[in-house]
Amino acid sequence: MNDYIITLVQKGLRDDGRDFKEYRPIKIEYGVSAKSAEGSARVKIGDTEVIAGVKMEIGEPFPDSPDEGVLIVNAELIPMASPEFESGPPRIDSIELSRVTDRCIRESGFIDFGKLCIKKKEKVWIVFVDIYPINDSGNLFDAACLAAVAALKDAKFPALDGDKADYTKHTKELPLKKAPTSCTVINIKDKFLVDPMTEEEKDAMARLTVASIGSTVCALQKGGEKPLSIEDIDKMISLAIEKNNELVKLL
Amino acid sequence: MAFAKRSDGRKFDELREMEAKVGVVKRADGSAMFRIGKTIAYAVVYGPRQMYPAFLQDPEKGVLRCNYNMMAFSGSGERVRPGPSRRSREISLVTEKALMPALDLSNYKNTVIDVFVELIQTDSGTRCAGITAAAMALADAGIPMKDMVASIAVGKLGDKILADLTKEEEDYENAVDIATAFLIREGKVTLLQMDGELKKEDLIEALKVAKKACEQINKLQVKALKEKYKTK
Repeated sequence: MNDYIITLVQKGLRDDGRDFKEYRPIKIEYGVSAKSAEGSARVKIGDTEVIAGVKMEIGEPFPDSPDEGVLIVNAELIPMASPEFESGPPRIDSIELSRVTDRCIRESGFIDFGKLCIKKKEKVWIVFVDIYPINDSGNLFDAACLAAVAALKDAKFPALDGDKADYTKHTKELPLKKAPTSCTVINIKDKFLVDPMTEEEKDAMARLTVASIGSTVCALQKGGEKPLSIEDIDKMISLAIEKNNELVKLL
Repeated sequence: MAFAKRSDGRKFDELREMEAKVGVVKRADGSAMFRIGKTIAYAVVYGPRQMYPAFLQDPEKGVLRCNYNMMAFSGSGERVRPGPSRRSREISLVTEKALMPALDLSNYKNTVIDVFVELIQTDSGTRCAGITAAAMALADAGIPMKDMVASIAVGKLGDKILADLTKEEEDYENAVDIATAFLIREGKVTLLQMDGELKKEDLIEALKVAKKACEQINKLQVKALKEKYKTK
């Protein structure tokens, strides 16, 4: 526990002078790996930086959705981004980040999976979204979701050459609908803050990541040790929806 | 077989357009980005820090540990499966060997200096771009260095010696591809890998071309390092 951060928050302050409801400056850059990836984007939230890339391959559909494409979201907390990340097989925080980002995209209906079908029961497009933090200065959840959505918006299908993908040519953009964003609200003492920095994340008693489109919530993930009252959740979701409606305008 | 002209219009000893930047990852102790053509490498340094597992510690000096990785979307064609491969592990090893002679780690007993190289977009010459970036990141981290390292691939197509091969040129019939790295001040070679068939005289000629290219890259490294510490 960092008494300094908690004392500040109790006084209504943050270390970098922000309001509790204020994000750090956000920058989105498209096509950062345009030569290699089908789509790519870099998102900076303050000093936090995340890169996401989309790769597409042809594969078989799942038996329970024979006429739909497949989405695979993978986030890797590579050791370049923080002294706390280590090499080796994915640890639990990598897996959580992958799965939460996956749910934001999948459950929001952002991708029209039916239009990723090439031949029912046999051939569909598999969309891989790989997410890498370059620098972790807090709030990887929201940065990862923004980067994944931006990379998908940037993506174009590889050309079809008979049964295979021709990666030297690209055709049309992916079939996308309204984009989701996620806003992570943390709770320190009786206060609620968005866009936590590393030090604030460490002192968060609870966190709630809320993915939404307009006023519809499409994915949630609670983290942290502290139980939340229904009133707390109400406040956190209202705040997240308000911020998500601002974030989506940046895409 | 004659090779007359490069498809991108470069002279035989001309490098692709380059860009270098130092201090690109705030949480790292040192960091750098190096772009050559469409190949983009990031390198970061953490350390000297405690070495785990402890049996890898060296009681005489610090250990340099390099890790080369291509991001899953950074290859041409299909997705690169995440995690280490035989190729990436070998490149990590030769990266270590290329950089180590420039460092003086005698004051860092029992510690490790970790270098992580990440490729964001690749065309050709990724290991060389990684080494060039890593050398800048080590300097940025303030690791004592006796020399600087720059790296380039050279080769022979037909009867011509070429610097900085593109992917297309690497795949040319009977192309010879030579990855090199040089200590700039000493003028010695720290990375040397080759595939193809080549006469000794041509290899020596190619190494001279590589040395000149590395000296040119080094000017950009120095400029990027100075740029970070300019007062605004």
